[in-house]
Amino acid sequence: MATYSTASAGKTPAVVSATRATRPTRRRGSGHRTSRVAGYGFIGPAAILFIGLVLIPIGYSVYLSTRALRVSGGGRKIGGAAQVRRSEVSVGLGNYRDAFHDSELVHSLLRMLLIGLIIVPIMLALATLFALLLDAPRTRFANFSRLAIFLPYAVPGVIASLLWGFMYLPSMSPFRYAAGSVGLPKPNFFGPTAIWGSVANIAVWGGVGFNMVVLYTSLRAIPNELFDAARIDGCNEFQVARRVKLPLMRPALVMTTVFSVIATLQIFNEPFTLRPLTNVLPTTWMPLMSIYTTAFVKNDIYAAAATSVVLAAGTLLVSLIALRLVQSRALGDS
Amino acid sequence: MHLDRRTAWRPLAAATMVGMLMLVGCSSKKKASDAPVATSSSTSVSASTSAAASSSAATSESASASSDSSPASAAAPTEKVSLTFWSWVPKIDEIVKVWNSKNPDIQVKVDTTAQGDALVTKLLTADRAGKGPDMFQAEYQALPALVSADVAGDITKEAASVKDSFPEGAWNAVSFNGATYAVPQDIGPMAFFYREDLFKSMGLNVPTTWDEYATLAAEVRKKDPKKYLGSFSSTDPGWFAGLSQQNAASWWAADGDAWQVSVNDEASKKVASYWGDLVKKGDILGQPFFTPEFNKALNDGTLLSWPVAVWGSQVIGGNAPDTKGKWRMAPMPDWTAGAKSAGYWGGSATAVSAKSKNKEAATKFANWLNSDPEGIGALIKLGGLYPAATSGQSSPEFAKAPEFFPNQPDFYTLASDISKTAKGFTFGPNVNVTYNSYRDAFGKAIKNKSDFAAALDEMNKATIADLKKTGFTVKE
Repeated sequence: MATYSTASAGKTPAVVSATRATRPTRRRGSGHRTSRVAGYGFIGPAAILFIGLVLIPIGYSVYLSTRALRVSGGGRKIGGAAQVRRSEVSVGLGNYRDAFHDSELVHSLLRMLLIGLIIVPIMLALATLFALLLDAPRTRFANFSRLAIFLPYAVPGVIASLLWGFMYLPSMSPFRYAAGSVGLPKPNFFGPTAIWGSVANIAVWGGVGFNMVVLYTSLRAIPNELFDAARIDGCNEFQVARRVKLPLMRPALVMTTVFSVIATLQIFNEPFTLRPLTNVLPTTWMPLMSIYTTAFVKNDIYAAAATSVVLAAGTLLVSLIALRLVQSRALGDS
Repeated sequence: MHLDRRTAWRPLAAATMVGMLMLVGCSSKKKASDAPVATSSSTSVSASTSAAASSSAATSESASASSDSSPASAAAPTEKVSLTFWSWVPKIDEIVKVWNSKNPDIQVKVDTTAQGDALVTKLLTADRAGKGPDMFQAEYQALPALVSADVAGDITKEAASVKDSFPEGAWNAVSFNGATYAVPQDIGPMAFFYREDLFKSMGLNVPTTWDEYATLAAEVRKKDPKKYLGSFSSTDPGWFAGLSQQNAASWWAADGDAWQVSVNDEASKKVASYWGDLVKKGDILGQPFFTPEFNKALNDGTLLSWPVAVWGSQVIGGNAPDTKGKWRMAPMPDWTAGAKSAGYWGGSATAVSAKSKNKEAATKFANWLNSDPEGIGALIKLGGLYPAATSGQSSPEFAKAPEFFPNQPDFYTLASDISKTAKGFTFGPNVNVTYNSYRDAFGKAIKNKSDFAAALDEMNKATIADLKKTGFTVKE
């Protein structure tokens, strides 16, 4: 599952935006027809992969979401209740009706909103801060720091959650030990409220590095003359950062925000891995946990497919609206 | 600069779309193999079958058994059959090797990729694709769901010959309305495991009733505030089901072609309220089992006892290595003094797929594995299981104490006595829904310090709602 570190989709635009300005425009070949064939040839593999790995699974999910295992009337009176058989039948929009009437799903969506409000601002603020610090002219050990901050991103989400989970467990936590030995009250990382911070911490820890690199790359792509000019005009480094760098980082900030929001919609690894360690995380804590439980614990892939389709459609809608708003405000002026 | 920003925009939008499509793709393409195995209440929990695991010892027994299997293979058609077997018994591949060397015509291939609930999911999925195995391991509570999904096949005729090898309770767990769907493999009668050394040094008496247990729990807290007598786990529904069975609870009953559900019956509510009081008073912990935290508590003496199935001896041995020879098994505390009762936690059977083309050969293997002295011997020695077959419980393997319990030479004699007092209840076709509801309802009850009995109401409601939704007739 994707986490805050869904990089594959994220890396390309930063690189593209950095290099596009300098790329020479290629002349079109003389033979129109051959270039058209070549074009299809180039697009072919991607199209096949897109159809095979994206469109068909989505289509199949939509199909499954209209089905269900139900007791069929015919097989009833073979040998009492224990022998009653279930078989797959069409239930139309029944699964969707159930999904919309499921108060747990609504609650999990609200919880997702809340954890997103915790994670996204903290993660982006830290990533921006680190990027600006690394870009400051007098920063020492910049390369080492960049790597150190980026490194948690290379740790798989499940491993990171296990690692932090061990450090949260009351009798094993080094933080509790440290707090106890200097006479401070021992924190309870699995408290009903504290769990929000505990989960958010893992996500932020794993995600800051990636976002920092994206922001830092965008900073490096800005011509140095702009900063020199600002300095000559009397700006100190803080003012350069605030008045020149931050506004110019805006496209990258918008992009990292959008990706972080999408990652929040997919939050799963962290709470799912922590769940067996504590009483405070129900199996329906986040929407994806709810879908997982329905599909693989309750063994109802049909209802899970319906909820997935609803969640995906919601994600698409929210993203499109967000992009449209951002486009008109930040990028599309005139 | 301005132009640059605009052009940067397009790849961004494209990448966002791809990102969103990935979300959709992920949620629909997830396979059963992603399912974690850690949470299932399976009997296989890190079984470390010690040094006794030499296959030569297993084959030495085979001399007596070979006479049983050779006429059987002679009767089979000369054509070779190859069977697949999904199981999570420790060292099952070595156990199957014993069979394969004796039965060249019925070769069994083992797949150990999933266990417990994850295996059920895998089975349901594979069965739909027509790629299910010939035989598979299933926990007793999962069997009704597999029967109603037509995954486990009717083997009444093929398994009839081994019926007498098993106690009635175990056979009832694999039979529904007179039809048999699996051969019982291992059982998990529950017992009371306690730290003998700490009980002695703290001057504690082994509780024989739950009243005594409650008093003792408070006494432990007074004597040493760092220690607890026990813990209530919100993540192990099978454990609570076993505790309820001990109090003669009955969660499901088949009445004609209707199901009767009573997860919140008086017997279960009494058990729930009892533990709820202990947790609320702080006399015992409210922590899940099978966590690193729990293992540490077992190992460092924070936890003085654990009511668990007999396979718990392997869990303690594997996770609390420093406490070798310090634990002892006793019968469960009773609800009424002298009642001598226990429930079951876990245990599994070998079922044959309804779609298997070699039902007869498959059942022959299942019979051998679970009722032939050779098969049982291998299950005990290599797999570390506590077998369901009555003959297995008096197997020579059981004459000596388990390696981790050198202080209790009569360990298996006692286990056998306990297993005779254990009683189960009928499982319904949606135990997975009930058990999942347990995790959420009791997790919430511990978190909010709310009524434990109300959690059972919640489980009951979820179970009935699911049965009705699926179209089962539910009698209320």
